[in-house]
Amino acid sequence: MVIDARQLQRRLEEVPDPELPWVTISDLGVLRRAVVEEARVVVEVTPTWSGCPAMDAIRESIRLVLDGAGYKPEQVEIKTSFSPAWTTDDITDAGRRKLARAGIAPPRKPAEKPLGDTVCPLCQSSRVREVSEFGSTPCKALMACRSCLEPFDRFKEL
Amino acid sequence: MAVTGISQSAAEASSGPLDSLLFRYTLYHADDNLVLAQRMSGWISRAHDLDEDIALANIALDLLGRARMLLEYAGQLEGAGRTEDDLAMFRSEREFTNLLLVEQPNGDFAHTMVRQFLFDAYQMELWNRLAESADPTLAAIAGKAVKETRYHLRHSSAWLVRLGKGTEESHGRTQLAVEDLWRFVPEMFDSDEVCDHLTRAGMAVSPSLLQPAWNRWVRDTFSSAGLEIPGDRFSRSGGRSGFHTEHLGYLLAEMQWMQRSYPEMQW
Repeated sequence: MVIDARQLQRRLEEVPDPELPWVTISDLGVLRRAVVEEARVVVEVTPTWSGCPAMDAIRESIRLVLDGAGYKPEQVEIKTSFSPAWTTDDITDAGRRKLARAGIAPPRKPAEKPLGDTVCPLCQSSRVREVSEFGSTPCKALMACRSCLEPFDRFKEL
Repeated sequence: MAVTGISQSAAEASSGPLDSLLFRYTLYHADDNLVLAQRMSGWISRAHDLDEDIALANIALDLLGRARMLLEYAGQLEGAGRTEDDLAMFRSEREFTNLLLVEQPNGDFAHTMVRQFLFDAYQMELWNRLAESADPTLAAIAGKAVKETRYHLRHSSAWLVRLGKGTEESHGRTQLAVEDLWRFVPEMFDSDEVCDHLTRAGMAVSPSLLQPAWNRWVRDTFSSAGLEIPGDRFSRSGGRSGFHTEHLGYLLAEMQWMQRSYPEMQW
């Protein structure tokens, strides 16, 4: 079995988030580490929100990538690390741009920053309000724009 | 008693006594979160508006996710090969060690919110302190949980104020819920030999140390909500040693039915 370690590494980084398929697990900071060796692969992921069901799907997608590369299940180890706890500050700048393009306001950075610089991803107005701190997935809050009146999601700071 | 004895002796046979205590301590908090997640899930499709329905479902999901992490860790500490699902689905009422507060029925929305608020305020300080635990896994789970609990506590506090300062009806129902649930408050701050041992080892936090911060939070919120803090009264405890109110059995029957009827079944 000949494996191009760097290529496989890239394919692992490009595993999409099942709920937000335009961002990858690397964009989100969910992929902490991937060590690709000839006979063994160790992948370390960290959960975003505790209850996020996407984590199970992400582990499954990683397994599928490695299965496709010819690794047997016993050669693959997918670890879950909790420490340091994931924060929305782990989302990369590229990830933030992709979220905004998809109509989801990226989280403020650093996460402790007070509300104020969120702009409507549809019309760029800064006249926005928070409708609810809980939205369509554990990681999103529901917002509304006072300018274009459209509702939108904001990735919730953690 | 015999029932908790089964898991205890299994843990002692396979690992050190500290692991066995940590298993029980981890299970306390796993059970609190699992049982309350099940209760909160009962609101799905029944809340008064869509935003609130979504909020309650999200909070339930956070609690469930936390319970899963804790149950998985408890299974590792026990070292008897039990998974998170085994611990959630194949333990009986007498083996559950959750606080009596979280198993109380949803009642009306005021009851649910008061129950949630009293527990959120408790968990806020619990995770805050456990983030410094000498046990790295517990500390890591706590470090995650504390950030989510901030959202939960903000949500339940805001509701307490809205209901307390709302109409005569909403105020009356909320004060009634406080009077009804107050007898389960002292149990949150009771210690036992598990907490005592692990606190000395720097792994746990003594429940009594959580009370000052809890009192402050409750006093401030009740004062903004125009609610009265009840005086000392008869209290109930026993959850940590498996003695529950009658409500837990019904909850478990519903939650465990599928796995009990079709063991090992998977979606």
